[in-house]
Amino acid sequence: MAHGPKPGFTRWLYTTNHKDIGSMYLWFSFAMFLLGGCMALVIRAELFQPGLQIVQPGFFNQMTTMHGLIMVFGAVMPAFVGLANWMVPMMIGAPDMALPRMNNWSFWILPFAFAMLTSTLFMEGGAPDFGWTFYAPLSTEYAPPSVTFFIFAVHIMGASSIMGAINIVATILNMRAPGMTLMKMPLFVWTWLITAYLLIAVMPVLAGVVTMMLMDIHFGTSFFSAAGGGDPVLFQHVFWFFGHPEVYIMILPAFGIVSAIIPTFARKPLFGYSSMVYATASIAFLSFIVWAHHMFTVGMPIAGELFFMYATMLIAVPTGVKVFNWVTTMFRGSMTFETPMLFSIAFVILFTIGGFSGLMLAIAPADFQYHDTYFVVAHFHYVLVPGAIFSITAGVYYWLPKWTGNMYNESMGKVHFWLAFVGLNVTFFPMHFVGLAGMPRRIPDYALQFADFNQIASVGAFLFGAAQILFLFNVIRTVRGGKKATDEVWENPEGLEWSVPSPAPYHTFSTPPVVR
Amino acid sequence: MATESSYYVPEQSRLPIFATIGIFLMAFGAATWINGGSSYIFFAGSLAMATVLWFWFAAVIKENMQGLNSDQLKRSYVWGMGWFIFSEVMFFAAFFGALYYIRTFTLPWLGGEGDRGSSNMLWEGFQNTWPLMVTPEQAVSGDAAKVVGPKGIIDPWHLPLINTVLLLASSVTVHIAHVYLKKGNRKGFNWWLTATVALGGAFLFFQVEEYLEAYQHLGLTLESGIYGTTFFMLTGFHGMHVTLGTIMLLIMLLRSVIANHFKPDDHFGFEAASWYWHFVDVVWVGLFIFVYVLGA
Repeated sequence: MAHGPKPGFTRWLYTTNHKDIGSMYLWFSFAMFLLGGCMALVIRAELFQPGLQIVQPGFFNQMTTMHGLIMVFGAVMPAFVGLANWMVPMMIGAPDMALPRMNNWSFWILPFAFAMLTSTLFMEGGAPDFGWTFYAPLSTEYAPPSVTFFIFAVHIMGASSIMGAINIVATILNMRAPGMTLMKMPLFVWTWLITAYLLIAVMPVLAGVVTMMLMDIHFGTSFFSAAGGGDPVLFQHVFWFFGHPEVYIMILPAFGIVSAIIPTFARKPLFGYSSMVYATASIAFLSFIVWAHHMFTVGMPIAGELFFMYATMLIAVPTGVKVFNWVTTMFRGSMTFETPMLFSIAFVILFTIGGFSGLMLAIAPADFQYHDTYFVVAHFHYVLVPGAIFSITAGVYYWLPKWTGNMYNESMGKVHFWLAFVGLNVTFFPMHFVGLAGMPRRIPDYALQFADFNQIASVGAFLFGAAQILFLFNVIRTVRGGKKATDEVWENPEGLEWSVPSPAPYHTFSTPPVVR
Repeated sequence: MATESSYYVPEQSRLPIFATIGIFLMAFGAATWINGGSSYIFFAGSLAMATVLWFWFAAVIKENMQGLNSDQLKRSYVWGMGWFIFSEVMFFAAFFGALYYIRTFTLPWLGGEGDRGSSNMLWEGFQNTWPLMVTPEQAVSGDAAKVVGPKGIIDPWHLPLINTVLLLASSVTVHIAHVYLKKGNRKGFNWWLTATVALGGAFLFFQVEEYLEAYQHLGLTLESGIYGTTFFMLTGFHGMHVTLGTIMLLIMLLRSVIANHFKPDDHFGFEAASWYWHFVDVVWVGLFIFVYVLGA
């Protein structure tokens, strides 16, 4: 099994190698990140001033919708799957993923699904314009014809996610090296195992809800139409039953990455390993019983409002455990601040800010004020950008020397970090203020009093966008050459992935290593 | 955990990329077709997908025959099938959940009861009943209504009861087939599996009868308000799963009769199909209770 990859382009089409597939996931995700990012910049350019300058309101709605869909399903989720592909087999001492051909299939569906989704921009009536949450009846009775293509694109990317998740579960539960007991697994493996269960549980519900839409639009059913005895609010319940676990799908693997990086650069073992595992499992469990906190203003019975409010607040407990453990890991550590560590520390601080604004939104009576304002936009961008995106970036910098055998350019990495850090705070922090002052989300024009903060946010957005070019440049340079990395790369990092050479051989662990 | 030293990692494979093209053509073609375009792309995609699956399963069977699959690798297939079935359970859960949300919350509110009873002012005269024979629109607009409730519903104690007996019996027969297989009695296996496939076919026959009765005599259609919607979506998706399960078992039967593929201690292909069949059976029991009996 010592041979390397096949030459030529078909290597990538036919590959069954977890590293090839991981790389493809990561590159695909980065391409989608840039595409979704360009859409965000269209939005921010339009919002630079009040009034309509650059785009029509209809196209603006298409941009907000496509930006959300592409970032959630095209950028964040595939990036985590890419990292799982690269790292999980190496971390547990397995030769590859459990089902390598299905692995390839899961990946290749994505470019096709997103080609289909993006092609709706050029269809008659334009792309989906009903927001990434596609609430009925906006997405049914009032939707453009391209909604049918959106529905089928969601179907196949859902199939891809389910297959990917099953593969990860089978890999983790069946392919650990002897001695790698469950409670010895790195937290990235644990968080991905739990994430995979969330995916298997909720992606079919997403398939169900888009199927209901399809039937209402084209086959005369009444799921979301009160005239026939259905209910548009039913859409929101089914959607958020998928949607809330979905947002944890986008953050649990991030917890795993940060839990790998912080101990390395604090030079201390992770504080409270088992409590981290139990906290992750608790968060995953709670994610199934909090969905209606997205719908406090829809007109729920008071018992529902209260239940979902208290259940949501409970999430702060296991999340607090995690933040406490990260901080305690750093406490009295001999810390150094390489790029991955900078991104991880920023993650801990900024994700906590996003968590606190989430707590504010969880208070049902207060949410009546915040609901559908820019405060919500600020909240979820604070958990997703410094949460998901920063952790992915941190993970890429952390493991890139292991993947390529070369060190990235540290000073360029630090510049990237500071530009991104400043850019994101300048972009999203002012959104708290305009939101509290009452600016609604998803509008192309706004009242004059919001102009200052919107201008600041737009400047920040372009800064954040520009910083990513530096990232791309740094990664490409590292792939092509640079200072050779040692096998350990960092100082005494934990984990099996550091016991193999850098770059990691095409096939690692064809015979399982022994884990003490 | 017991990891063996060799886990078979297949060489490069063309199957997944062709499967991707197949599933993409199916999805793109279905959207084109439903939006009023031609149906050719969809059928081309389906054909491609069926062909790829044929070769894919053939490849896996061949690898197993060659002894490449260690016990550990076989466990990966077991985990894979198990969690696939769980994902199917969640798919049905979405539709059962929709049914009970409508019955517990939406319809009472539309009818003027409870917390959100004020919604009745939009649909004055609407009364909450289940089965819902008069839709809210009918209550307001009378004969001018576009969404009209059904005139009658399916009697659970006739065709659905027969189908319940058939499907429960088929779960028993497939289990007996499995027992014979484990004893190495191929003939017994073949006969009991034939019986299972026949019972699945009979179920589908009666379901078609039931749908014909609903559409032709009862005015019960997909378009007859939320009762028809939930009834046909739940029983329809179940029927599609029975169809798929019957095809799976039929293929297993042919594999046994023609190629003698199964050994007493190595027959996961059949076991996976039988798990799927038991799952479909359990969903039916849920349908019989919650849709037919408690819905009548």
